[in-house]
Amino acid sequence: MKSAVILFPGTNRENDAIKAIEQASGKRPEIIWHGDNDLPDVDLIVIPGGFSYGDYLRCGSMAAKSPIMRAVITRANNGVAILGICNGFQILTESGLLPGALMRNSSLKFICKRTNLLVENADTSFTNQYKLNEIINVAVAHHDGNYFADDETLNRLEGEGQVVFRYSDIDGNVNDETCLNGSQRNIAGIINDKGNVMGMMPHPENAINNLYGGSDGCGLFNSIMEAI
Amino acid sequence: MSIDNVKITPEMIADHGISDGEYKILLEIMGREPTFCELSIFSVMWSEHCSYKSSRFWLKQLPTEGKQVIQGPGENAGVVDIGDGQAIVFKIESHNHPSFIEPYQGAATGVGGIMRDIFTMGARPIANLNALRFGDPSHPKTKHLLSGVVAGIGDYGNCMGVPTVGGETNFDKAYNGNILVNAMTVGLAKTDKIFYSKASGIGNPVVYVGSKTGRDGIHGATMASAEFDDNSDEKRPTVQVGDPFAEKLLLEACLELMAGDSIISIQDMGAAGLTSSSVEMADKGAVGIELWLDKVPMREEGMQPFELMLSESQERMLMVLKPGREAEAKAIFDKWQLDFAVIGTVTDTRHLTLKWHGDVVGNIPVLPLVEASPMYEREWQKTPKENKLDNDATTAPESIMADLVKLMGSADLSSRRWIWEQYDHLIMGETIIEPGGDAALIRIPDSKKGLAMSVDCTPRYVVADPKTGGMQAVAECWRNITATGAKPLALTNNMNFANPERPIIMGQFVGSIKGMSKAAIALDFPVVSGNVSLYNETKGEGILPTPVIGGIGIIDDISKAVTIPFKKSGEEILIIGETTGWMGRSIYMRDILGLELGAPPPVDLEEEKKNGEFIRDAIDKGLISASHDIADGGILVALAEMSISSNIGASIMLHRDQVEPHAYLFGEDQGRYIITTDDSDALLGLAAITHVHIAKFGKTGGDGLHISGGETISLAAIRETYEGWMPDFMAYN
Amino acid sequence: MKAKVNITLKNGVLDPQGKAIEHALLSLGFTGIDNVRQGKVIEIELDEDNAEKAQADIKNMCEKLLANTVIENYDIELLG
Repeated sequence: MKSAVILFPGTNRENDAIKAIEQASGKRPEIIWHGDNDLPDVDLIVIPGGFSYGDYLRCGSMAAKSPIMRAVITRANNGVAILGICNGFQILTESGLLPGALMRNSSLKFICKRTNLLVENADTSFTNQYKLNEIINVAVAHHDGNYFADDETLNRLEGEGQVVFRYSDIDGNVNDETCLNGSQRNIAGIINDKGNVMGMMPHPENAINNLYGGSDGCGLFNSIMEAI
Repeated sequence: MSIDNVKITPEMIADHGISDGEYKILLEIMGREPTFCELSIFSVMWSEHCSYKSSRFWLKQLPTEGKQVIQGPGENAGVVDIGDGQAIVFKIESHNHPSFIEPYQGAATGVGGIMRDIFTMGARPIANLNALRFGDPSHPKTKHLLSGVVAGIGDYGNCMGVPTVGGETNFDKAYNGNILVNAMTVGLAKTDKIFYSKASGIGNPVVYVGSKTGRDGIHGATMASAEFDDNSDEKRPTVQVGDPFAEKLLLEACLELMAGDSIISIQDMGAAGLTSSSVEMADKGAVGIELWLDKVPMREEGMQPFELMLSESQERMLMVLKPGREAEAKAIFDKWQLDFAVIGTVTDTRHLTLKWHGDVVGNIPVLPLVEASPMYEREWQKTPKENKLDNDATTAPESIMADLVKLMGSADLSSRRWIWEQYDHLIMGETIIEPGGDAALIRIPDSKKGLAMSVDCTPRYVVADPKTGGMQAVAECWRNITATGAKPLALTNNMNFANPERPIIMGQFVGSIKGMSKAAIALDFPVVSGNVSLYNETKGEGILPTPVIGGIGIIDDISKAVTIPFKKSGEEILIIGETTGWMGRSIYMRDILGLELGAPPPVDLEEEKKNGEFIRDAIDKGLISASHDIADGGILVALAEMSISSNIGASIMLHRDQVEPHAYLFGEDQGRYIITTDDSDALLGLAAITHVHIAKFGKTGGDGLHISGGETISLAAIRETYEGWMPDFMAYN
Repeated sequence: MKAKVNITLKNGVLDPQGKAIEHALLSLGFTGIDNVRQGKVIEIELDEDNAEKAQADIKNMCEKLLANTVIENYDIELLG
């Protein structure tokens, strides 16, 4: 499997993502600079976490208009698998590849902690190695992960199985108490209607080692290998 | 008329914080009256902050050598060899005064500054830590300051992509008017790719890179050394504003350039900006530097030479390049969208020559500027020794467990989760022991090695006995690192004190240095970098003496590292080190009985070393499943922390010997660890061989803490108060 | 010509920052406050002298970058 990781000047979790992809696929992804207009021929494009261009206007807003994102949008429309993690998710919503928006956490604070996620759709290219309703433990690390969309969009996402992960407790309970950032309906990750573009706030790439951080994130990267 | 043509008046000299005696020396050096720009340069170079005039004499006594040391104090940071061609570059630095005036920006730029110190030397920062002190929780400013400082540290480090993995935060009314924000950065470099500040090569270009220069923090370095008065709130305009995104770009651009061989020397522009960086480079290289100040990239219009020399705008670096390599370097900075300008040249004059559109506006001989800077052997007075507190003077509590719950929910001992969840402590994906452990532990990328780090100081001990307190800070840091199984290698210190012109304060400084030196020598834990922050005093109210120690250590195999949480039920709990029930200056005395009395616990460095080596050996042999250093709050608090973090309770037995139960459980004897094992025979055998004090204490299991034949408390009750204090404190009221 | 763009959150979008400000104001003793909303102001200097053209340019900027119309409204003030 060939993959690419997009690098904006303020991206800072690229090495974490590269390690996870390399561990799952045995192949190092190509790193693509934000100013490039073209993408190599790849099966997977990952937009990792960080602060793209400093995230000064809105997180991901300026990155969404960068030269490389025009190329990413073209690939997405051609069905190439795109994964946006954290800032990557923000960029995907800002670029219109995924619906909704990511607002400031309801606590107004940056949150870095491990959380449980309920896998609501185990039938995607990104989650086929998980079981439906499986609970996985991964970390979040963000200031703006508070997912918002209007009710119509939320109903459509839920109706079409596009909500992939929700913040839950260890028993899979999804409620206000387990919603660490104020996201509507506890949404932590969604997929587009075609099933090739996924965005999520949590960091599966930081949960790939049993010695620390757990290995619940491996399933996600292994799923992509399986699907492609 | 330019300000550089004005006549220097006595008021100007006083405004610049230069004493009459100092001005006389200045005139001798210059052989004429200085220009305004020159006066400004002397002012910042001779400020306490830059010249260490009160502390230098004593700092020289610190042990700085060891076979692991590649670079001791005197450069941007210390460098320690960790084998395999790799080095750790680290330092701690204070940003106390700016953080009090504007907590968010003060703390943020403190973090930015210390990270620059690290990557200036060619190291990629891989961990941040911090030591924070705030005033009484009930003081009206405390919440605002804590909230701003934590957000500032978090936002800067998080954006830089460097995990903030550890630290300590305490409260005391002595910090009401002077908080402490000490930030430590740890970086990883190759031993053959360390960069220094020594300029060389006459005619080589002096290059400015990074953000543009504005009027930020002019006279910040002198402010950082002046005692506060009631008008401090009005000093806001001189506080620098940080841009972590710009620094992230600067980090990547510098490391990219450093991968090649075009840099001769490099120095970050920190306190006193262009002045201290250019003087330092010239001084180290025994050369001169000529700067063309009109070439400096400027953010504001109408800036004057002295402003350019003094500006503390953040995210800037100065370097000397090999001749002809400017284009190659510029291409890298262009790629990262940073300013790049050749602003001067290396000369053979050993002068700092400043030009403004071709005219000389300053010309100062570097050597006397640096070497004739004042050094004071200030008068000092020893803190009178206190007697050991008689335990009979302390009343036994009605309920030990009720007191435990109180302590676990106290300002100083409750969970710091509210703080460290605002720090990205997981980025880079190598964090093994997260905040909340004894020492933080991260893996050295692509290796089996782990790097343990801790910051420590117990000011209530230092104020009672500065020498013992200085020893204790070093020993506790060493112990925290040891408790993970790592071998401590070296330390950095941040000496935070009140006004050194008061002999009792200077005596605290001197005592701490003596204690630190003794401990650092005994534990082979040399000082490789550090920072001094004096005049932490407002209207005569000084802070507690707070000599913070930041240490690093290495464990060769991370799979052997041991953490605080109990691992399973039914394991034996043991105490390593002797427990005499030392109550003087304990948290129990202060927070339960309201007494700050007696001598602090003595530090027996031989015992410390022996016990630590035993712990490390036993961890290496796989005999220890959980370990925790016994510190504030004594055995019972340490036990409760192990239980809460694992959700496994414990039953303990008290030996009815001469030590009172509350003194046994809450006393703060030093050099101790609490550990668990499933092979106590082997451990007892090992302890017998090495003559280490070891005592069986109980067994893990259950959902509470239970004293055999006595009280029981549920973990839920402890957790509620332990996790509850800070969120409740920081919530809206 | 100078233009000022006011960007506000749409009604119905929860505004945690506005809520925090409201809370802080109340705790400072200001009463009779409701519905505090936080937004941003962006000032832009334009070479364009034609107001209609300027308005259209800024609107385009808002739609493309300055506002996220999923959650934000904007209004444009031309300051002459």
